[in-house]
Amino acid sequence: MIGNTLIMALNEIRRNILRSGLTVLGIVIGVAAVIIIVTLGSGTTAQVGSEISKMGSNMLTLMPGGNRRMGGAAGSSPPFEMADVEALRREVPDIAAIAPYAQRTAQVIAGNENRQSNVVGTTGEFIIVRNWNLTSGRTFTLAEEQSGKAVCIVGSTIQTDMFPGQDPIGASIRVGKISCEVIGVLESKGQVMFGGDQDLVVALPIRTYQRRLAGSDRIPQIFISAFTPEGLGPLKEEVTNVMRERRRVPEGEESNFNVLDMTEVSEVMESTIGVMTTFLSAIAGVSLLVGGIGIMNIMLVSVTERTREIGIRLAIGATEQEVMMQFLVEAAMLSAFGGFAGIVIGLAGAAAVAPAINVPFVFEPFTAFLAFAFSAIVGVVFGYMPARRAARLNPIEALRHE
Amino acid sequence: MTSSSALADLSLDRSDDGVSGPPLVRFENVYKIYGDGESQVRALDGVSFEIKSGEFVAVMGASGSGKSTTMNMLGCLDVPTRGQYFFRGIDVATLSSDQLALLRRYFLGFVFQGFNLLARTSALENLELPLIYQRLDKATRRRRAMEALDTVGLLGREHHTPAELSGGQQQRVAIARAIVTRPSLLLADEPTGNLDSARSHEIMQLLANLNKEHGLTVVLVTHEDDIAAYAHRRLEFRDGKIIGETDVQHAA
Repeated sequence: MIGNTLIMALNEIRRNILRSGLTVLGIVIGVAAVIIIVTLGSGTTAQVGSEISKMGSNMLTLMPGGNRRMGGAAGSSPPFEMADVEALRREVPDIAAIAPYAQRTAQVIAGNENRQSNVVGTTGEFIIVRNWNLTSGRTFTLAEEQSGKAVCIVGSTIQTDMFPGQDPIGASIRVGKISCEVIGVLESKGQVMFGGDQDLVVALPIRTYQRRLAGSDRIPQIFISAFTPEGLGPLKEEVTNVMRERRRVPEGEESNFNVLDMTEVSEVMESTIGVMTTFLSAIAGVSLLVGGIGIMNIMLVSVTERTREIGIRLAIGATEQEVMMQFLVEAAMLSAFGGFAGIVIGLAGAAAVAPAINVPFVFEPFTAFLAFAFSAIVGVVFGYMPARRAARLNPIEALRHE
Repeated sequence: MTSSSALADLSLDRSDDGVSGPPLVRFENVYKIYGDGESQVRALDGVSFEIKSGEFVAVMGASGSGKSTTMNMLGCLDVPTRGQYFFRGIDVATLSSDQLALLRRYFLGFVFQGFNLLARTSALENLELPLIYQRLDKATRRRRAMEALDTVGLLGREHHTPAELSGGQQQRVAIARAIVTRPSLLLADEPTGNLDSARSHEIMQLLANLNKEHGLTVVLVTHEDDIAAYAHRRLEFRDGKIIGETDVQHAA
């Protein structure tokens, strides 16, 4: 009987193929949207992971603030100074490389070209800590750092946009109010998460940056790298001890700074992406609801249209339960087909969009299964009312129905 | 699914359909009353009759006489307001709607004025439909459907849809659908109402043969004398009452 019910439902859908297709369009769109969002979301998460490991998986970030998470109340805790960097370098032998990091936006001018660019104040070790190679030129020397010389390293976007087809080494560019000589070019990191261009950057020696651009000695972040990823744990502890002492944090009190390793940073990023994905999926899920209502609407029309058929079935001995089952199976099958089509379209869409926005295509079978199951459930839920209406028809009146 | 337990109550054994047992159908002072007070309508106003197995009975009367209500009740599609209807000795009023459905499934066959075949569905599939509800396997369904088509003389038309068949042929398919389940009682509600006179007599001849050769009990509703003439007995209805009962056995 179950097999026959399925065949009957299938035949009915096939007989009204155009209408069935239009009916499930809402479900198709809803499922496709959810699949695209979730697939791109997981792709972005995977990409963020690889971005972060590119930044150096054995890197620590030192930030002021008592909050354990990035973006905490940094303002309330004092920033770092160059003396902190020097003390860490001196007192912690396990540090492979250390670089201060201050950043702001400024106008960069070269010839007739001008760009609003990221400007970073740091030291020569920056390129080691951040695992960032130079395509030409060199990094800062100790002498340049200490004297605050007007030299700079530019990102690949600055090079391609402002010096197309030329070697910018030795050229002079204006950064804010200062004029400085280009001594090195960074290799391209490619597009970065959330659309920012990592390669639109100019790095100055920290002293130059502090004195001539920022006008303050504040260092908001310090990057530290360990010799090996395994050394990260002990290094984190040593850095914390030294900094607690330097910042005179009493025993038992919470530090007024954070030492984050990249796994923590990536966790924060991933949870942010997760929230966004969930939020967008919920919006797409509304379309599933609308699709379900569409199915209910058409099933109600179908029950009215097929009143006589229902009458015949009841007259030849179908029970109410059997008539109800027939309509319920039809609705569930209809919306399961919609779900399946949505999954196929969604995956195809995601596969097409992923390379365009530079995100890897990650297929998640569980999400696909969930979307399929959910759409079938939508069919059952929204098919219930029309099915019950069909089952409760009075056979005498149903047979008389024109 | 309550079908198996309900079935046990109904006893599928057809051997007691014979003359020795209780009459196949017995109406005992049956009333069917719609509405109440001033607007009360007595569709059936104290009707009693019996039909024995193997009979061919014509129910006659003008519209509103109560013959349709009687037919619906015989078909277990409706129950009396008052009085009792015994089908195979069972008081139908005591059955649940599921049990009524099972009575229709295993013991009753319907033929309607408007044929009531499923549109866009082949003759064969139309015949298989009641057998699907009887849970018969595909091979048995196919065999029984072909047998029934043979009985009504439509072998070779099994893959035609109703739209591809003439009115007379459609009614033959409908009769085949009614007998494919081997019912105890065939109810034909104005089966010739939509047919021309030649086709009407062919259909009536078919019903008469089914009654004569297969011993099928047939109850026919009609308002035409020449159609009713095929039956052995007539029940005349007017205003919800039986006003005449004529035995026309000799005429057959």
